[in-house]
Amino acid sequence: MEITVNDTSYTIDVEPEMPLLWVLRDELGITGPKYGCGIAQCGACTVHVNGYALRSCQLAVGDLGDSKVKTIEGLGAPDSLHFVQQAWIENQVAQCGYCQSGQIMQAASLLSTNPNPSDDQIDAAMSGNLCRCGTYPRIRTAVKAAAKKLQEV
Amino acid sequence: MGRLRTITRRTFLIGSATIAGGVVFGTYLAKRPIKNPLLSDLQEGEGAITPYVKIDANGVTLITPRADKGQGAYSMQAQLIAEELDIDPAIANLSPGMPGPAYYNGVVMEESVPFPAYDKSAMAENVRKFMHVPAKLLAMQITGGSSTVPDGFVKLRMAGAIARETLKEAAALQSGITRDQLKTEDGFVVMPDGTRLSYTELASDAASIEPVTEVELRSQSEWKYLGKPMQRIDMPAKCTGTEKYGIDVSVKGMVHAAVRANPGLGAKMESFDASIAESMRGVQKVLPVENGIAVIADNTWRAWRAVDAIDIKWAAGPYPAGTQEIFAEIEKAVNSEEHRDHRQRDDGDVTTALEEGDNFEAVYKVPYLAHAPMEPMNAIVKVTDDQCEIWTGTQIPLFVRDHAAEMTGLDKDMVFVYVQPMGGSFGHKLEDTHVLQAVEIAKAMKGTAVKLVWSREEDMTHDYLRPGAVAKGRGKVVDGKVEAFDLSVGQSGLMADWFGRLMGMNIPGPDATITTGSWDQRFAIPNYRVTGYRAPVMVPISSWRSVGASGNGFFHDSLLDELIHKADADPLAERIRLCLDDTSRKVLEKVGEISGWNGSFISENRGRGVAFCLSFGVPTAIVTEVTHTDVGIKIDRVFVVVDVGDVLDPINLEAQVFGGVIFGMAHAMNCETTFENHTAQQDNYHAFEGMRLYQVPEFEIVALSNAEKIRGIGEPGVPPSAPSLGNAIFAATGRRIRELPFNKQIDFV
Repeated sequence: MEITVNDTSYTIDVEPEMPLLWVLRDELGITGPKYGCGIAQCGACTVHVNGYALRSCQLAVGDLGDSKVKTIEGLGAPDSLHFVQQAWIENQVAQCGYCQSGQIMQAASLLSTNPNPSDDQIDAAMSGNLCRCGTYPRIRTAVKAAAKKLQEV
Repeated sequence: MGRLRTITRRTFLIGSATIAGGVVFGTYLAKRPIKNPLLSDLQEGEGAITPYVKIDANGVTLITPRADKGQGAYSMQAQLIAEELDIDPAIANLSPGMPGPAYYNGVVMEESVPFPAYDKSAMAENVRKFMHVPAKLLAMQITGGSSTVPDGFVKLRMAGAIARETLKEAAALQSGITRDQLKTEDGFVVMPDGTRLSYTELASDAASIEPVTEVELRSQSEWKYLGKPMQRIDMPAKCTGTEKYGIDVSVKGMVHAAVRANPGLGAKMESFDASIAESMRGVQKVLPVENGIAVIADNTWRAWRAVDAIDIKWAAGPYPAGTQEIFAEIEKAVNSEEHRDHRQRDDGDVTTALEEGDNFEAVYKVPYLAHAPMEPMNAIVKVTDDQCEIWTGTQIPLFVRDHAAEMTGLDKDMVFVYVQPMGGSFGHKLEDTHVLQAVEIAKAMKGTAVKLVWSREEDMTHDYLRPGAVAKGRGKVVDGKVEAFDLSVGQSGLMADWFGRLMGMNIPGPDATITTGSWDQRFAIPNYRVTGYRAPVMVPISSWRSVGASGNGFFHDSLLDELIHKADADPLAERIRLCLDDTSRKVLEKVGEISGWNGSFISENRGRGVAFCLSFGVPTAIVTEVTHTDVGIKIDRVFVVVDVGDVLDPINLEAQVFGGVIFGMAHAMNCETTFENHTAQQDNYHAFEGMRLYQVPEFEIVALSNAEKIRGIGEPGVPPSAPSLGNAIFAATGRRIRELPFNKQIDFV
């Protein structure tokens, strides 16, 4: 089976029902997406599939077809940050940080379809992503700051 | 910022040692040399040092022995060292170092003394000081109790200052210019003519001279990093998916393990049938372990799938089968002489005051709670004939080491614990059951590294929970004033349970956690009593963010609020009137000011509640505003005032405060761990929801600096959060909810 992650194609030999999350983490060594619940309740495993935020723990790798997967590593790196990551750092969002890959991927997906979301739209888009440290107030601020960056470009 | 304090000149047992191409500065354990793999390049006879600063060809490394579970401990420790060392902590290397007895945490033990935090008498201070002795003897390298800052505030800056002055001395000897004419800046010693010598190039010379230990710490006005908004060093990695948590570590040739242990905690596995699992793809081995079974496979998912396919018969857990029976035991303990554990608050004469007349009575309850950090328990362990290596996120590295040594029969010095950053903990990683399971499996797979990751379900059904508790409150109001307050708190003793597991011994004497957060408040109630009753340990219990104060904050403040209401007094004004502690009173006054307090009524269906708790030495007051909407309670705004003494990083302080308050309110809203058939019923986040972004209120947070002692802020936001919400719900609806979680009786938006 071939899959494309962060513009690189990989040949993998796994069961088609294996969740994309575990293919990424254990087979490909791409550990940005995190395991939190395994049942799409926490969003820590969020990746983009053809640009849309999806829970990789619920996506059988065999169902990917030729879809393109992007993980947090493909969004931006410490020396080439995506504007959402920039907003996250400027607002010092992360505490333990474990959920933040998923939060950032969710926010990036939101802003790609809705560059100027209202408070309610932010709440709706981001409420599937759990944060046990309670970084939410800064997530809200950072999404708005990222939207502002987008408008300034 | 707080008032300027003079730091007395003192000589710490901090010295230096030579390493290949460099120098380390750290704590001497002169009479007890310990092996330290980080310093395996130490020269003969120079091993007796536990480092905070290491300088060699790789640059400057700041060593941060308190673990980071999200609270920013790595950054803060590095910044404390860097402030005196004069180096940008963002360009230095950071390392958690290897666990060592000299990294003992003296302050964490201070919490267990029978004196409230506001007691600054010579007696109380002396007893606190003596708690550092067992901490040292027991080698308690523990991260917890909001103690990283108070424990490291002087120690870490002193290490930085000694390193700096010694580097200057080395430069002085090289140049013939006296040390007092030299300056330091960003990792360089600067000569009067502007010539710059890097710390790295001075390292060898610095190692060959006597360290300069007579140093004076800089005053607050000279601070460059501390006291100003700082950037957390781990932030870029955490925002780019490049931070490596324990669960992300990969060791060459490792295999993956899954465990299914008896959900009847502590009971045996009676039988199993693994015939299907054994033939599944990728499965290498099925292995019975203590109270359960493990599968070793070539990836995590295959191991989990196979362990799911094993048919297992469990023995029943050694405690009452259901929550109702468990709470019946706790209720039985309350007010029973046989179960009386301690009474540290007994002002006036409660018995006489409540003998007759119109007494108020109420019963309050808090549930058992899982920690449920986002990163589930995990560990990688590799055992060979000679050594045991462990990669895991832990708050108790030396206990992990000692337990692994015992299990493998290896010398403690041959067990190496590589502490990893944690994706949350909230106290769960004060336990090491998962690590020891991995050791057990690795012993059977000698020479191969084994990575064990608990599924979310395994994690939440095998936790050591925040103990459930019941409190019976009584009181009396006379002439519009609270005349008597009597709180009887019953729960199991978590310290005894935890110490028993960690040290294999029974801890005699009272268990302070039963009433921490209630007996140690300071109010001028004429007849004021708090008694702790100890129920037997049933399901295993442990520390959960803010420990005893997590439940006691709710009990104490809810009862106080009810009595104040009965007295027909203003909730805030009356707390201020009753408060005997200056620092605490100022916190209450400030929260009134920033919240624009003018009574608990805001408008129809809107109300505000105030709550206060002094925990971990930090007085914390919260005002919460809620609206009673058609679909439930909406939390609108939350105002928090704390006093930690000097604020080292206002940005991270604010994060810890709203994080703590959200943590406390989230669980108060909708979380509990209940038991049926001896088994925890909430095994994933769908049943243990917490707070979601759309429910998060606006926050306004102020930190005062009137307190004399510097304090940590990881936990104090938690205890007053539930009562402030409960008191606000009462203000908006007229309904007093005395049992958590609130959503059993009222909906939330």
